[in-house]
Amino acid sequence: MKKIITMEEAVSHIKDGMTIMIGGFLACGTPHKIVDALIESGVKDLTIIANDTSFVDRGIGKLIVSGQAKRVVVSHIGTNKETGRLMNEGKLDVELVPQGTLAEQVRAGGAGLGGVLTPIGVGTPVAEGKDHLIIDGKTYLLEKALRADVALIYGSKVDEKGNVYYNEATRNFNPLMAMAAETVIVEAQEIVKTGAIDPHMVITPGLFIKYVVKA
Amino acid sequence: MDVKEIIARRVAKEFSDGDVVNLGIGLPTLVPNYIPEGIEIILHSENGFTGMGPAPSEDNIDMELVNAGGIPVTVIPGASFFDSAMSFAIIRGGHLDATVLGALQVDEEGNLANWMIPGKLVPGMGGAMDLVGGAKKVIVAMTHTAKGEIKILKRCNLPLTGAKKVSKIITEMGVMEVTPEGLLLTEYNPEYTVDQIQEVTDAKLIISGALKPMI
Repeated sequence: MKKIITMEEAVSHIKDGMTIMIGGFLACGTPHKIVDALIESGVKDLTIIANDTSFVDRGIGKLIVSGQAKRVVVSHIGTNKETGRLMNEGKLDVELVPQGTLAEQVRAGGAGLGGVLTPIGVGTPVAEGKDHLIIDGKTYLLEKALRADVALIYGSKVDEKGNVYYNEATRNFNPLMAMAAETVIVEAQEIVKTGAIDPHMVITPGLFIKYVVKA
Repeated sequence: MDVKEIIARRVAKEFSDGDVVNLGIGLPTLVPNYIPEGIEIILHSENGFTGMGPAPSEDNIDMELVNAGGIPVTVIPGASFFDSAMSFAIIRGGHLDATVLGALQVDEEGNLANWMIPGKLVPGMGGAMDLVGGAKKVIVAMTHTAKGEIKILKRCNLPLTGAKKVSKIITEMGVMEVTPEGLLLTEYNPEYTVDQIQEVTDAKLIISGALKPMI
């Protein structure tokens, strides 16, 4: 199966109203070229699941500034003043989730689990309205799994079969999101021939990746 | 010695050789400068690595290697990279010996508030809830007051980051341990009297029989 597609094809998979996951941590490990192409496409009413809303001029933050998101599920918005402004004006729905909980919700979504039990957030506003379970005397919150229509991830080296290697701190949420969406598109910093990545160094197996697009 | 240095120097004495430690943004990042001779700590960065080293020189900046505040850093020999699920498994799973972070408010029960001021500032919790809930030792390192405003309270009135999780509070005025009876002042800065410290502390301090100077 041929996985390598053009940027135009990649963007055509994201439609109004979809839920999308976007990899990266404060713009490190974000598929920047896909984000730019999404802005050009004008697709709207997106629900974005990501670690953070980055900066106004970098990474996922640009999609907040352009007004294409109607809802974000993230752990942090403090580095993008537009997120806070739109939230306060009622134009953007923001759900804040502890970062480790978000990682596990995404992982669970890709791992066939209904959710996870975490002690994090008990006794804080995060716990409001959530099921509390006591297991062996300790209180946990039930946090449901998250899935998306499309996951947009970034890979440093990707082969023609979609096997992905991530450089340094670009890994973050990318391998988790690669498991948790109907369609997974990886923006490759470099596309290499099948076999050019030592199988020991493959971090996300190609079976998770539907499309590869060159950065 | 300036206030930040007093605090960072004292925090640096808290670790055992080989401890895995996560440092919050701001003041806690100064701590590695003062780690005593013969003690090696392994710095964990929640965006996905251990073995974090100092800032790079200007011509060695690599935007794929940033800390959890998005600031370029380096890694030292023995470092490792991982995804966000593993990063928070380290934090939550009892593999992180200590975390050092600042506070808006902290109280005598060990409750901590540092992620939002309703109606004013809502940056999000990022990884703070997981760090406070998961680290074996939670050290609050901060100036004793915020421009005169009292931060060490009987009860926090801001939304909590974590309930009853703080182990120790270190300020430029002294060192306070959270005990079932309340805050135990174990060390003090000789520039202040115990009465002066109590004056700017809302919680009633229990004075340790073994009270000693912190410097």
